[in-house]
Amino acid sequence: MLDLTVNVHKLLLKNPVMSASGTFGYGIEFDDFIDVNRLGGILTKACTSKNRDGNRYPRMAETPSGMLNSVGLQNKGVDYFIDTIYPKIKHYSTHIIVNVSDSTVEGYMEVAEKLNQLDKITGIELNISCPNVKEGGMAFGTSCPMAGAVTKAVREVYDKTMIVKLSPNVTNIAEIAKAVEDEGADSVSVINTLLGMAIDAEKRKPILSTVTGGLSGPAVKPIALRMVWQVSKAVKIPVIGLGGISNATDAIEFLLAGATAIQVGTANFIDPQVCIKILDGIEEYCNRHGVKDIKELIGALDS
Amino acid sequence: MKKFIHDFEVTQNHHITDDYFAIYLKCPVDLPQILPGQFAEVLVSNSTTTYLRRPFSIYDVNYGKNELSLLIKTVGDGTAALSKLKEGDILNLIYPLGNSFSLPEGKKALLVGGGVGIAPMLLLAKLLHEKGFKPDVLIGGRTSNDIVEPEKYKPYGEVFITTDDGSAGEKGMVTQHSVFAGKVNEYSVIYACGPDPMMKAVARVAASHDIPCEISLENTMACGIGACLCCVVETVDGNKTTCIEGPVFDTRKLKL
Repeated sequence: MLDLTVNVHKLLLKNPVMSASGTFGYGIEFDDFIDVNRLGGILTKACTSKNRDGNRYPRMAETPSGMLNSVGLQNKGVDYFIDTIYPKIKHYSTHIIVNVSDSTVEGYMEVAEKLNQLDKITGIELNISCPNVKEGGMAFGTSCPMAGAVTKAVREVYDKTMIVKLSPNVTNIAEIAKAVEDEGADSVSVINTLLGMAIDAEKRKPILSTVTGGLSGPAVKPIALRMVWQVSKAVKIPVIGLGGISNATDAIEFLLAGATAIQVGTANFIDPQVCIKILDGIEEYCNRHGVKDIKELIGALDS
Repeated sequence: MKKFIHDFEVTQNHHITDDYFAIYLKCPVDLPQILPGQFAEVLVSNSTTTYLRRPFSIYDVNYGKNELSLLIKTVGDGTAALSKLKEGDILNLIYPLGNSFSLPEGKKALLVGGGVGIAPMLLLAKLLHEKGFKPDVLIGGRTSNDIVEPEKYKPYGEVFITTDDGSAGEKGMVTQHSVFAGKVNEYSVIYACGPDPMMKAVARVAASHDIPCEISLENTMACGIGACLCCVVETVDGNKTTCIEGPVFDTRKLKL
């Protein structure tokens, strides 16, 4: 019998496949297509202390094997989440992890403290890496002191599993990972989107209203894989790998590079059933390779 | 409404004019009900430069044959790849997506389609006719090449044509057509789909006559199911997704 369970700090995941924040709504958007409960966990759309309208349209540009987005953390705020969204998703029998973002340390703390009260929210993912907001977001994730400070502050008000989502838009991601580990992060997710840009040559104008945006999709996979490998060697806490994962082989590669679990992001837009296909594919890979416990694959790169 | 993902089989790829084609697709199971204005997210698998799905209005539905069709204009690599599909090819669709046009208050309605924007008007004309309304259809384009299958609307209502260069119907923009000068006040609603400037012009004329107006937007989108929030449009009630809360919007709610 194949054991697919993995532990991300206190969270026992039934398998390592999770959905990435901002690509899966709150799970309910995918109920028509898959049994969301089969996933190891779902990462919700980002939640901030106050309502955020997000950036102006256009917020998306298709790029070679990927896309740029500049949604800008559109959401109705933590109180709306608790009153209106939480009742609709708390029936899920999988881990629901809320992605937490804001423009101030106090804002992050307010959201985390309120989410700490919700039984079925078993963890949070601190988003210190969103490239699409003017204040906060990535600004917290691109310097060790800032990343450490926000992690430490939220740690003081949040007891459950706290994952910190790292920005790839840095010179040395392993240093940032160590900084948040030192301040109490239980896990890191690697990576958020890469800062990019798209231009409409005919109009001589940027495609995105914000000019720059976050690149995701298969185009970023090799970079994500490299960063997961670097981070997993630098920290003791579990690493969650993401960035362009589109099939089971991609997922296995991230596990081999050192990820304990993986998140599927942009691929959900192409195929709303892809998370389940990846899960089934991982099982098939394990059976084909005589792997009895998925944990055998974590960091098992033969190099 | 429940959404589905299915592999459809191409039964016909009908090239209508230079750039326009209609793909007829057979559903592997019984087709669910599809409302006028709804769309499908199509996976383009035979293009190396097309990563995301492409949204297209559902053009026609034949429940008896278990078929739906998409009216497409070749504009880029994705649509060029679709134009080459042949009978028997497989096309993956997520559908039916989005809201739909609402029924008129009064008997008469004007349906305005510009270029490929005419696509959702066929199902709408059919439905209105079936429910006892009187739909008039105004089809606009740059040239006669953009006037696609006008005969399809004739069983359901009167058809008017306008082109920028006068190569078919009246010469000028849709809002310069004589229906707007003459009997426009007879309409209890105007529906429009087409290029943004056209829809804005129609919305302005409708507003000046105090006629309700619904337009179908085609904002660029990634998922089509309300997850990515890329396709938003500014409304008086804040940002709304074109894919779930649209694509059809009452123009009085939009910040045009």
